[in-house]
Amino acid sequence: MIEIDGISKVYGQVTVVDNVSMTIETGSIATIVGTSGSGKTTLLRMINRLVEPSQGNIRIDGEDTAAIPPHELRRRIGYVIQGHGLFPHRTVAENIATVPKLLGWPQDRIKTRVEELLALFQLDPAEFGPRFPHELSGGQSQRVGVARALAAEPNLLLMDEPFGALDPIIRAKAQTDLLAIQKHFGTTIILVTHDMEEAFGLGDKIAVMDGGRLLQYARPEDMLANPATDFVASLIGTAERPFRLLSLNRVETAVETGAAEGSPISGSISQREALAELLWSGRPSLPVMGGDGSVIGRVTVDGLLKHARPA
Amino acid sequence: MRLGLNRIDRVGLVVALIAAYGLTAPFALFRANRIVPGEGRALLSALPSSLGTIVLAISVVAVVVALLRLPLILKFFTSLAMLVVLAVAIGSASSFLMPEGNTYARVSPGSGFWLLGAAFALLATDGLARLKPSPLLRIAILAAVALAIASVLFSGLWGGLSIMKEYSSRADTFWTEAGRHLTLALGSLAVAALVGIPLGIIGHRIERVRSVILNLLNIVQTIPSISLFGILIGPLSWVAVNVPGAADLGIRGIGMAPAFVALFLYSLLPMVANTVGGLAGVPGDANDAARGVGMTDRQRLVQVELPLAFPVILTGVRIVLVQNIGLATIAALIGGGGFGVFVFQGLGQTAMDLVLLGAVPTVAMAVAAAVLLDALVELAAPANVADNANNREVTA
Repeated sequence: MIEIDGISKVYGQVTVVDNVSMTIETGSIATIVGTSGSGKTTLLRMINRLVEPSQGNIRIDGEDTAAIPPHELRRRIGYVIQGHGLFPHRTVAENIATVPKLLGWPQDRIKTRVEELLALFQLDPAEFGPRFPHELSGGQSQRVGVARALAAEPNLLLMDEPFGALDPIIRAKAQTDLLAIQKHFGTTIILVTHDMEEAFGLGDKIAVMDGGRLLQYARPEDMLANPATDFVASLIGTAERPFRLLSLNRVETAVETGAAEGSPISGSISQREALAELLWSGRPSLPVMGGDGSVIGRVTVDGLLKHARPA
Repeated sequence: MRLGLNRIDRVGLVVALIAAYGLTAPFALFRANRIVPGEGRALLSALPSSLGTIVLAISVVAVVVALLRLPLILKFFTSLAMLVVLAVAIGSASSFLMPEGNTYARVSPGSGFWLLGAAFALLATDGLARLKPSPLLRIAILAAVALAIASVLFSGLWGGLSIMKEYSSRADTFWTEAGRHLTLALGSLAVAALVGIPLGIIGHRIERVRSVILNLLNIVQTIPSISLFGILIGPLSWVAVNVPGAADLGIRGIGMAPAFVALFLYSLLPMVANTVGGLAGVPGDANDAARGVGMTDRQRLVQVELPLAFPVILTGVRIVLVQNIGLATIAALIGGGGFGVFVFQGLGQTAMDLVLLGAVPTVAMAVAAAVLLDALVELAAPANVADNANNREVTA
């Protein structure tokens, strides 16, 4: 559990982060969203003390971060930045091995870990391990950046606009992969983004920042139902609200009994995707199949529309 | 006209003009003794008639090859062949022009030889630059050229030339002075690197230190070399007299010590400036990531900043080395030794051959150092940093 307690950062006369408190549960993803200059990156960088707080403190599993030497603290926390920040003079394998080497792991353990991570990120260790960063595509670099951050098995991963430099298709895949990895390791993730879509897509809880202040920190559906301020509402976008709500839940939670024409859709896609499919194909209903491939019922346009407004 | 201007190579045109003028200028100079002015001998009268005609014919063909747009590799090998022909021709001119049994007379290359040599050396380097050989190939070509020159020297082909006669009467001191020249140039470079790189690192970290050091070194750089050598005589004599043990180390007001110190001072600016520039050019992302993964400042410096700045720092070493090889010539003026000894002796005696004995090896060393270090700089840079490093060359 990460406890941020009354944290502030002041540069001269300017307060960049103003008395922010929030708690991130172990194993969950918190997204911090805001416009540029909202203080979201500074808040993130205070967690691993790349920026020293002017006031307040941060506890990781009860331990005050101010009591740990900064470089030791950072070796325990994964850190991913926009544009990946890979070391251009080191190979992919050497990049991933950075933190384990700093921690003095034995060679064979480092080697095993590097290969395990490359395989996990769908990069063939024999092919990609010896490559240099400039020989990678944007998506591959980004994956290596995340692999490097995870190398020393940190419980906490900080990500500063990690997908900002990717094109939309690779970006969507990177987000899906991140969710899978997070499930796999049970890592706690704090992710900074300026993209509301991304904040909703990834976050168990979303923090909205503006002018250094934390305006609202809530679960996505609660934020949709009750935005704390007009600014939060405008950031969500009034026209987007029903669709954001639909994308939060899987179609299996909207299944009704009955039969329908057409080829079945998977129950694990979002309700938003199901509605899009219904609208596009011009049918009132579609069969839904469960994880085992058997049809478990149907979704209807009318049924889905009921899910598109707060309960 | 069918044979339009677009068939003409522009660099080739320059080469052809220089070479054409070179063919009409005196190929060799004959002098009754080593200090009288020489009489020029044209190509055809400097060589046995059959050989002269052949050399002339080959030269004309080579000029035509230079002039036209032909494959670069053909131009490159033509110019190499032409340089070999020139080397052989000047060697045989020296034995042809030398009267039997006369040990006072001198034969030296004339302006025609130098112009032809310069023209085809230009063509060769232009061809090479445009062929873009890999760094390792360039080092190999440098080694091959050095080997070729060495074998010509050992074969005695040039034994009759005046510069070689000056050499044979000074063979011992030549190698001593060569050693001193290298000691001055390389030694001052090594000390400058040992001092300049740490200064550059401090300068990179602390803005105030940077501006003070760079301004100070900029001022040093503007002092003309002869004045700097002179200025140092005073303080170093004082050190020699007043610091115990200094004189035993060879520190004196004149000699190697002030020359060494002066070269060291000139070397500092490129070393410090390139270290600062190299470190400033390290991508912000890489630095941020290095701190983010938990490197201490020292680990970040050694593992990230210095390796990424290395190509730019090595560029500084290249600037210093080439500069020092040239500047070390001046050291002879204050008794510091080096190839300058022959240059200044020669100037004093109006014996140009002796001047060349000092100047030619100096130029050869500087060119070799430049080629070698350029290749090393390229080898040191990972492909993606190479372009940046080249654009980021810091000059005084």
